[in-house]
Amino acid sequence: MSAPERDHGTTAVGRPTLELRGVDKSFGAVQVLHDVHLTVYPGKVTALVGDNGAGKSTLIKGIAGIHPFDSGEVEFEGEKVTLHSPRDAARLRIEVVYQDLALADNLDVVQNMFLGRERKRGILLDEQSMEEAARDTLGKLSVRTLKSVRQLVSSLSGGQRQTVAIAKAVLWESKLVILDEPTAALGVAQTRQVLDLVRRLADAGHAVVFITHNMVDVFEVADRVAALYLGRVAADVPIDQVDRTQVIELITSGQSGDLGLSAEDLED
Amino acid sequence: MSSNTLTAAEASGPQKPAAGFEGDRQDNTLGGAVRGYLDKLRGGDLGALPAVLGIITLGILFTVLRPGTFLTPLNLANLAVQATPIIVLAMGLVFVLLLGEIDLSAGVVSGVCSAVLAQLLVQGGFGWPVAVLAAIVTGAVIGMFTGSLVGMVGIPSFVVTLALFLGWQGVTLRLIGQGGTVPVREPVIRALANENLPLAVGWALAVLVAVGYAAIELWRWRAKRARDLAHQPLVLVVLRVVLMAVVVLGVTWILSQDRALSAAVDLAGIPYAIPLVILLLLVVTFVLSRTSFGRHMYAVGGNAEAARRAGINVTRIRVMAFVISSSLAAISGILATSRLSSVTPDAGAGNTLLYAVGAAVIGGTSLFGGRGRARDALLGGLVIAIIANGLGLLGVAAYLNFVITGGVLLLAASVDALARRRAATAR
Repeated sequence: MSAPERDHGTTAVGRPTLELRGVDKSFGAVQVLHDVHLTVYPGKVTALVGDNGAGKSTLIKGIAGIHPFDSGEVEFEGEKVTLHSPRDAARLRIEVVYQDLALADNLDVVQNMFLGRERKRGILLDEQSMEEAARDTLGKLSVRTLKSVRQLVSSLSGGQRQTVAIAKAVLWESKLVILDEPTAALGVAQTRQVLDLVRRLADAGHAVVFITHNMVDVFEVADRVAALYLGRVAADVPIDQVDRTQVIELITSGQSGDLGLSAEDLED
Repeated sequence: MSSNTLTAAEASGPQKPAAGFEGDRQDNTLGGAVRGYLDKLRGGDLGALPAVLGIITLGILFTVLRPGTFLTPLNLANLAVQATPIIVLAMGLVFVLLLGEIDLSAGVVSGVCSAVLAQLLVQGGFGWPVAVLAAIVTGAVIGMFTGSLVGMVGIPSFVVTLALFLGWQGVTLRLIGQGGTVPVREPVIRALANENLPLAVGWALAVLVAVGYAAIELWRWRAKRARDLAHQPLVLVVLRVVLMAVVVLGVTWILSQDRALSAAVDLAGIPYAIPLVILLLLVVTFVLSRTSFGRHMYAVGGNAEAARRAGINVTRIRVMAFVISSSLAAISGILATSRLSSVTPDAGAGNTLLYAVGAAVIGGTSLFGGRGRARDALLGGLVIAIIANGLGLLGVAAYLNFVITGGVLLLAASVDALARRRAATAR
């Protein structure tokens, strides 16, 4: 709808931003991720779908370095990398926007956007340049709903908080932005704003992973869809190769026609 | 089709062709600033208001009840010196409270540090620089220990510091000896609370503070306006600068009066302890508001998980809060030692901690973490000192003294809790 040049990921040429190969993760005796393969391309929105407990959160926490993967290979822009801590992820310019948003209520918009990466002059915080950069970024994303960038985050609405969290990713020129159910708690108008923002994010060249339960969102904004079923990737395909029914089947049973997991995968 | 998309685009953003954030500019008028302040109050952020009102009301109350005694230069100087250990202890507690933690052992840590100071001076025969340094290092090491138990082992700070509250009292008792009192006659330590700056030096410092504050405020205002950033109206900045100058010069004037009871001696000037407290206030304010360490402190207090995900080392921040708190407790102990010219086995026990926590909370620091400033300790400490001083002048029975001071702390904590609820429902 928004961009005519959108090619639905069929011509996903060029180097993927992130490639996971055979990733496993267990918590104690429970294996949450089995041999996960996932490829994410720059300028594309990949919708990551799956039922509750399918492993979506574990997967992104692994990419974010919060709960590192047990085994498997991770390639970032063609280079093998390790993701052992949030700092590793930050160094590679991977930004995760969590469902609970991870903003500090008692700090203002600028302070939150620069949290952990403050600009300094000597030992002094460089408030002025941070405020300018934050305002610049929000302006570029056509965010018009904020009254002041020096507003405390506690005074923002759900949609505004989401916007600030996403703008943070843009500010840091993140190569990969992972959004964990960004529209889950939002009303119709705010969902619209966030989806537009997600599209602009990809159009600006960021690779975007978009976790959602909402099929309307998936077909509205995604270029590719990756479905997780019981810790395995049932499919990782361009959006125009599947329809809504197939995606729902992949989520609920791991299979849909010739797509999905093999019978032996499903057994163990 | 194309006309369709056009109208959609127009509908989505027609009214505001400018860059948005109109609030940043609207607030530049005095009316906007006043409205913003009222909004903040309504939202539950009372700031310094309760403490300032408290100082004024209590001042008037005790002036009326004890005319000719309370509002005299002699009593005000006493009051200021009484307040200094409370203020410094509270300043340290602000760091711990910012994280939503508590340090119940801060008072007795100041006692241990004074005991170390006294024994090094008296038994060890060391000079004051060695003794002072040793006392502060003792505080820092104790803070490291407390902080590690809280931050690394993960024991709730309430339990850790409750245990240490008892433990450190034992250490002080061992250092000083049962029933003993170690008199401290070292001239430099004694001078802190008992000697005054020369009048000329006092006035020079006061003018420096007033002019320095004005220069910094106006310079920052200009820089912000020049770059079109969010800034306050000039009237408000000037008002603050003038108010600060009036307070600083006023206090200096009062303390420069001869307050000796007999005409034969001269007793005038600012007690040395006061510029020391002002210096600490400036340093702590600077650290909390102008450095990334301070920013991370607020972030951990506001949302520890968000701070962790932002790559902030939350454990380090926790440990550092206790290290700073206990180091300032050591300085508070030194000031108390100077005032009493001695150290007793119960130094820092009793109501010391209650006073300091009360000071921080009355000043506007939240017990729930995330909100607090160095100046809270100063303003709240003055309120507590006025209460203690005024009740002393009234000759109130000891039991009532306890009840009233405890009541004031409860009142402050209730205001804090209600303000927090208010902030939560306002969203």
